[in-house]
Amino acid sequence: MKRLLRFFPALPALMLSGCTVDLLQPAGPIGEGNRDMMVLEWAVMMCVVVPVIIATLIFAWKYRASNEKAEYLRNWSHSNKIEVFIWGVPILIILVLSGFNYWSTHYYDPYKPISKEMLAKVGAPDAKPLRVEVVSLDWKWLFIYPDLGIATINELDVPTKTPLDFRITSDSVMTSFFIPQLGSQIYSMAGMETQLHLLASRPGNYQGEAAQYTGPGFSDMRFRTIAMPQEQFDAWVQSVHNSENPFVAKEALDSQSYPKYQAPPAISNEVAPKPAPVLYFSSVQSGLFESIVAKYNVGSKAHEKDSKPMGNMPMDMHSDSHMAAPSNTGM
Amino acid sequence: MLGKLTLSAIPYDVPILVGTFIGVAVIGIAVLAAVTYFKKWGYLWREWLTTVDHKKLAIMYVILGLVMLVRGFADALMMRTQLALAYAGNPGYLPPHHYDQVFSAHGTIMIFFMAMVMMQALFNFVVPLQIGARDVAFPLINSISFYMTLVSAILINVSLFIGEFSNVGWLGYPPISELQFNPGVGVDYYIWSVQISGIGTLLTGMNFLTTIVKLRAPGMKWMHIPVFTWTAFFACIMILTTFPVLTVSMALLALDRYLGMHFFTNDGGGSVMLYLNLIWSWGHPEVYILILPAFGVFSEIAATFSGKPLFGYATMVIATGIITFLGSIVWVHHFFTMGSGADVNTFFGIMTMFIAVPTGVKIFNWLFTMYKGRVRFEGPMNWIVGFMITFSIGGMTGVMMAMPAADWVIHNSLFLVAHFHNVIIGGVFFGYVAGLSYWFPKAFGFKMRDVWGKWAFRFWFVGFYLSFMPLYVVGLEGMTRRMNHYDNPNWHPWLLVACVGVFVLAAGVACQVIQFCFCSV
Repeated sequence: MKRLLRFFPALPALMLSGCTVDLLQPAGPIGEGNRDMMVLEWAVMMCVVVPVIIATLIFAWKYRASNEKAEYLRNWSHSNKIEVFIWGVPILIILVLSGFNYWSTHYYDPYKPISKEMLAKVGAPDAKPLRVEVVSLDWKWLFIYPDLGIATINELDVPTKTPLDFRITSDSVMTSFFIPQLGSQIYSMAGMETQLHLLASRPGNYQGEAAQYTGPGFSDMRFRTIAMPQEQFDAWVQSVHNSENPFVAKEALDSQSYPKYQAPPAISNEVAPKPAPVLYFSSVQSGLFESIVAKYNVGSKAHEKDSKPMGNMPMDMHSDSHMAAPSNTGM
Repeated sequence: MLGKLTLSAIPYDVPILVGTFIGVAVIGIAVLAAVTYFKKWGYLWREWLTTVDHKKLAIMYVILGLVMLVRGFADALMMRTQLALAYAGNPGYLPPHHYDQVFSAHGTIMIFFMAMVMMQALFNFVVPLQIGARDVAFPLINSISFYMTLVSAILINVSLFIGEFSNVGWLGYPPISELQFNPGVGVDYYIWSVQISGIGTLLTGMNFLTTIVKLRAPGMKWMHIPVFTWTAFFACIMILTTFPVLTVSMALLALDRYLGMHFFTNDGGGSVMLYLNLIWSWGHPEVYILILPAFGVFSEIAATFSGKPLFGYATMVIATGIITFLGSIVWVHHFFTMGSGADVNTFFGIMTMFIAVPTGVKIFNWLFTMYKGRVRFEGPMNWIVGFMITFSIGGMTGVMMAMPAADWVIHNSLFLVAHFHNVIIGGVFFGYVAGLSYWFPKAFGFKMRDVWGKWAFRFWFVGFYLSFMPLYVVGLEGMTRRMNHYDNPNWHPWLLVACVGVFVLAAGVACQVIQFCFCSV
């Protein structure tokens, strides 16, 4: 036991060794930006917090009642010099951090496409973005690749060094689309479209999750994000078209088959609902994403474009309100 | 009359709940029997239940707050043990249906029925005495406030045994709290209990604002007001400006559920974004409503036990005012991830950061109050030293999350959970407990045994770090809040440590119960 106790101080380090701290070891420039901002703020704030904690302990010890030798100023309660210091220093620090705040919020804005600068940094200055449409369902994720005509459930396969343009919506409750190692998350909300731009700079198998509580199946509402070099990704796309592939669904994903996949699994009070298995679709009806957004918005632009609303949502409210996606210019 | 409730709503097949019910019933019957045996019904009715005396109401608030602390803490114990067990295929002992109610009840109870109740206890006891008023401005309304709080606290506990409680978190975000996704009675219990206690708090705010403005002793100018009363004054202003927003958002949610309206539904023109803005424009000021009186308590205690006047009284008042103002314009930092534009996010991010300035000033003020004093480390003073250390760390992680670029990855993670427990336990809870033991002799005429208080502090201080520092780490490892089970091997050891921590906290709670129940022993 004594020998074990000797190792006790090193325990936190041991617990961390060999682990991935997702947010501190990101796999893309956005995640690196998130991390850098976090570490920068931590470092700046430590410059205040550490002295305050030390001063608290020193003052508490030095001016303890039993220490008769310490100076005692029983009526002292004001000093202009100290006042200037205690207002001035925090203001200066916060002004500096505000500058970083303004810059980073604009530079890493999730709605902004991956910049040329970031692309150059990962060595792919001319990479064309890959568009992915994300739909959060009860309790699974649907990923549609509109340019490739394929779709997946609960697995996101992406090429590395390629900007990923996500358009996100929900066909159920609100949640948040989050791949910790790639960076920023954005809410998915029914009837609305939100956007996110990420980039994976190295191959890997990353955790993807719903970061906002969604109900009994919440804990298993996760997906693997598999980032691989472009050639491998092309091979993977080919494999989705191969009907021998056990993950490939036997039917196309269109307005007829969609409600079946959208439906939530059976729930009970005793056990968590079963997690949805990984599934690929070799063919997807074009405009599916738009019609999922449109089915909550009768009279929206997507609706006018002749993509039929689907599902079993009642359409009795013929409002003309076009519920716009949160735009980049404000709320 | 019972609406959706039927006999099958009584969960007689859930052993945890049956056990709890038997326990509550036995204690309840014992209390009633004791009152009858000692022939105290008349006394209880005349002297306590029908009283409008602010001091007696304060004591009843304290009792309610302590009972709710134990109730909310039981939820915390269950959550931590569930997460220590539910790893790698083991479902743990709480299925999502039950677990989701536990975390929702924990948040709702700790904020509305522990923290808010303790705050109103301190207002009731201290404010009229500090400003030399005979009672509050509207004593009957004060009693009505208490009974509204009590009724809603009872309602939330009835949901344990009849029906279910809300399973969608302490703020009931739609659309999952809407009828379409949540047809049970849980959300209805939530709406009614929050609504009733919210109106009770609104009345308290109105009452004390009037008291402080109109009933100060002759000659007590504004800048003579004791600091605790100043913080109560600013908290009341925030209550009056923001609690109506809570009332309205709960009412709109109720209209959605009961009359098929579409304020926050997915379809029919409803918008979840509207609810998020409404609820947080109450919810963020709410945490400042809680923390400001705690700051007031610390100001009183630091001065008393340092044997010196408070350093920088005027600064303290100004800083409190600035926090009141800034606290009302930062709510969007709870959803930087909703897709607002960069300019909106920047504004709310920078405003949030600036709250660190007046708060930092306050910390320095308490520091310089101790400086060159004669610091006596009695019970209440322990809490303030623990608070200054813990709250500085909580403030640091708060500023980290105020940067949208950082918040985009730690939003909704256990890092966030660790942060707000860091400031609410380290700030609000430490402050209220210190205040209770500081003013206890004023209420009862004798001091509590300090030794139990000191042990309570030690367990709470160590237990806090053991429980919540690991949550910062798993948050950085990408663990989101409200998970019921997981299979990530990196998270497991940290959640085991957090589970040990919660049992240390339990020892702290036990010491406090002993201190309050057998205080003269």
